[in-house]
Amino acid sequence: MAVLRGRVWRFGDDVNTDEIIPARYLNTSDPKELAAHCMEDADPTFARKVKPGDFIVAGKNFGCGSSREHAPVAIKAAGVSAVVAESFARIFFRNAINVGLPIVECQGASKVHNGVEGELDLAEGVFRAGGVSLKGAPYPEPMRKLIEAGGLMPYVAKKLDTGRKG
Amino acid sequence: MAQAQTITEKILAAHCGRETVSPGDFIEAKVDLCLGNDITAPIAIREFEALGAPVFDRTRIALIPDHFTPNKDIKSAEQAKTLRDFAKKHDLELYFEVGQMGVEHALLPEQGLVVSGDLVIGADSHTCTYGALGAFSTGVGSTDLAAAMATGEVWLRVPESMKFVIKGKRRRWVGGKDIILYTIGKIGVDGALYRAMEFTGPVIDGLPMDDRLSICNMAIEAGGKNGIIAPDKVTEEYEQGRARRATRIHASDPDARYHSVHEYDGADIDLQVAMPHLPSNAKAVGEVAGTKIDQVVIGSCTNGRLSDLEVAAAILKGRKVAKGLRVLVIPATQAISLEAMRRGWLETFLEAGAAVSTPTCGPCLGGHMGILAAGERCLATTNRNFVGRMGHVKSEVWLAAPAVAAASALTGVITHPDEVM
Repeated sequence: MAVLRGRVWRFGDDVNTDEIIPARYLNTSDPKELAAHCMEDADPTFARKVKPGDFIVAGKNFGCGSSREHAPVAIKAAGVSAVVAESFARIFFRNAINVGLPIVECQGASKVHNGVEGELDLAEGVFRAGGVSLKGAPYPEPMRKLIEAGGLMPYVAKKLDTGRKG
Repeated sequence: MAQAQTITEKILAAHCGRETVSPGDFIEAKVDLCLGNDITAPIAIREFEALGAPVFDRTRIALIPDHFTPNKDIKSAEQAKTLRDFAKKHDLELYFEVGQMGVEHALLPEQGLVVSGDLVIGADSHTCTYGALGAFSTGVGSTDLAAAMATGEVWLRVPESMKFVIKGKRRRWVGGKDIILYTIGKIGVDGALYRAMEFTGPVIDGLPMDDRLSICNMAIEAGGKNGIIAPDKVTEEYEQGRARRATRIHASDPDARYHSVHEYDGADIDLQVAMPHLPSNAKAVGEVAGTKIDQVVIGSCTNGRLSDLEVAAAILKGRKVAKGLRVLVIPATQAISLEAMRRGWLETFLEAGAAVSTPTCGPCLGGHMGILAAGERCLATTNRNFVGRMGHVKSEVWLAAPAVAAASALTGVITHPDEVM
């Protein structure tokens, strides 16, 4: 697995899905349109400034609130390579796995400063940024199988043997 | 002897063909019903169609266009059309058109389409509402819905359970909304993260179904996977003549294991108001009384049911809403609307100077029908008060029960109903 590198965009605790992608933009599910408004109500400049490969690093309960899958879709389409947080809200966690957005639960994520360069070793589950080195919580085995299958739908396709490609 | 289990564990075990399950187990469980709305279902439909599989059961997939309907703009109309076309193509029994629909979490229990003992997943976070009937129900994303539409199954991690015992007696005016806001205020917005929230005790025993639905509806606001209340006489009466499938009654074993037990005294729970910008910022109404408001919203999957409109109508009857205030009343379903009209409550609202709407989620999520401008403040019976939730990023949502919302509608400031009654 790859080593991801990019700048850290630091957010606080309880970042909710209304901040990640406000409902006023949910009359579409086009990833590009959603990406243009990613994190808008938490930081209106984010979507303009974020570069491919950058990280979102946050405190506890990232992605709380609604079940909108548009949230991880918007983050992924904005070019963010992974989200690192102290903890994730459970529906966001499922959705991120299902849409293929890497997320890592790391104790100590709140110690990482905004604007520093970060590096995530996906195989080792280690995130390093600004002199801090954090070990991510490993995914439970059944979830690893989903990720290895390429997400939930490829997993289901294999199970049902529908011949779906990709 | 069989392993002692909570009601949540028993329902999950029954749906994966096992005698028992334990917290932390991963299971693939059969769903009795899955649902999506006009925001979440379009993505699920796209994923489902790419799979090329048939639907697992045309009678167990509910599609409810309730968020941006009646269509608020062209793009929303396209999304709603996606549901309509898909329902037609696959001959789905549970598609609800505008004019027959309602806010999904009010509609499905009302129509007897979710029942005690069910396992329900929905691509909407407030799917946890049906726990009030003694069902396991939880919110998931669109891809999970797509998978369930094909397989009839969902993967779940069995949650630990937290027990909330509400002892003593309920104070005057206090209902389900106040109990859940009080609870979230105590444990925080991630206080039940990944866990089941089981509510019990004398105060819960004495609560009507509408209040129980309000409680379980907001389990997600504490991060909960599901909220649940064991079926009893109240449940049985509610489901009589309504349930479209056989109910299965479960209860927690007396020696079941809990992550934690939280006991609250009904005497300590006053009417609650949650200040911006988290549902956990709950205060007794007296602490924030006098706060000026620009709008009142009475409705939503949390508090748009018949008994919610009843208390609002009792307070507003023969009176006028405060000058300069906008008051919106949104009955949650067609049936609720019709019954409120028959009982004269819609007349009461209209005569008082409130606007009455057809069922929609509308303003709750900042969709339409009551969006706020910068600097405006709304007191709403909805479920979330996040930054920008109902409109401009510099607007505010304060959460409360219908009794406080209606009393405040008369004064233009946050008001305890005792002040006006």
